[in-house]
Amino acid sequence: MKNQGRKNAYLMLLILLIAVIPILMNNGAEFEGADGEAEEAVLEMNPGYEPWAAPLWEPPSGEIESLLFSVQVAMGAGAMGYVLGIMRERKKLASNR
Amino acid sequence: MKKRMLLTAFIGLMLVMTPGIGHGMHIMEGFLPLTHALAWGAISLPFLVAGVISLNKAMKKDANAKLYLGLAGGFVFVLSALKIPSVTGSCSHPTGVGLSAIMFGPLATTVIGTVVLLFQAVLLAHGGLTTLGANMFSMAIAGPFVSYGVFKAMDRLGVKKSYSVFLAASLGNLCTYVVTAFQLAFAFPDGTGGFVGALTKFMSIFAVTQIPLAIIEGILTAVIYGMILEYGFTRDHTSLTEVI
Repeated sequence: MKNQGRKNAYLMLLILLIAVIPILMNNGAEFEGADGEAEEAVLEMNPGYEPWAAPLWEPPSGEIESLLFSVQVAMGAGAMGYVLGIMRERKKLASNR
Repeated sequence: MKKRMLLTAFIGLMLVMTPGIGHGMHIMEGFLPLTHALAWGAISLPFLVAGVISLNKAMKKDANAKLYLGLAGGFVFVLSALKIPSVTGSCSHPTGVGLSAIMFGPLATTVIGTVVLLFQAVLLAHGGLTTLGANMFSMAIAGPFVSYGVFKAMDRLGVKKSYSVFLAASLGNLCTYVVTAFQLAFAFPDGTGGFVGALTKFMSIFAVTQIPLAIIEGILTAVIYGMILEYGFTRDHTSLTEVI
């Protein structure tokens, strides 16, 4: 089991690398990440296209948008931690019996 | 050993096929013609209904189902909010639906994916209500079905669990983006290149950025799946997969 933990740690490190290397590689890139690129491509190929619907509500600023994304992550991570904790304790209790 | 080599080759290939352009994920609000929006909605709706029915059945059958559902749902919430930089100099995010597809089957995953898509469409102006059907089809139906199928096939071949999970989750992730590219190309064929021209264009925007993220999603899913196996999750616990 300890072995597994170490392996997971290495895997996390690998993930970190995959995420960080692009930042170092593309020095000066925008990392915009809006879904905007596809949007732009659509408009470029179809200059006449008018999006016929707009979002009902948009986060008023980048800060509020990132707040909402954090809330989403917090809810998800909380749920995961809660469940994993329960599973772990259950297993512990079962093996102590 | 052969399998491990295959896997290494796969990751290598994914990493080599890199630079290009762009970022992407859900189709934005208003960016599908009305007929397409309605058609995708009509295609996706039965999956959602079947998913709700299968989830209800499973919850009645097994008290643990809710617990595991919380875990799988939480995973989708976390992963689909993480915008990660990619080799192309832009950001995109994983989907997280692979785990739940493996644990519960694709239909139950449709429900989870739809909840997340709604959250992002309403609160984050990410994706949209008019494009919800199309986005459901790519992220909450096609992706999970591919993940589930790959996992089942690999499992049957006797591939090690963690490798099957890795492949299932990463291919499911890639599939989501390939489907999105198809959806956009259907709706907006290129004036000169036609459908194929548009498809190539959208593919280059979506697929390349997504490859490193698919690898990340595969690894994360395999790690979490390993943990829950260690803590005693077995698939007959939930019996969810029987109803798919």
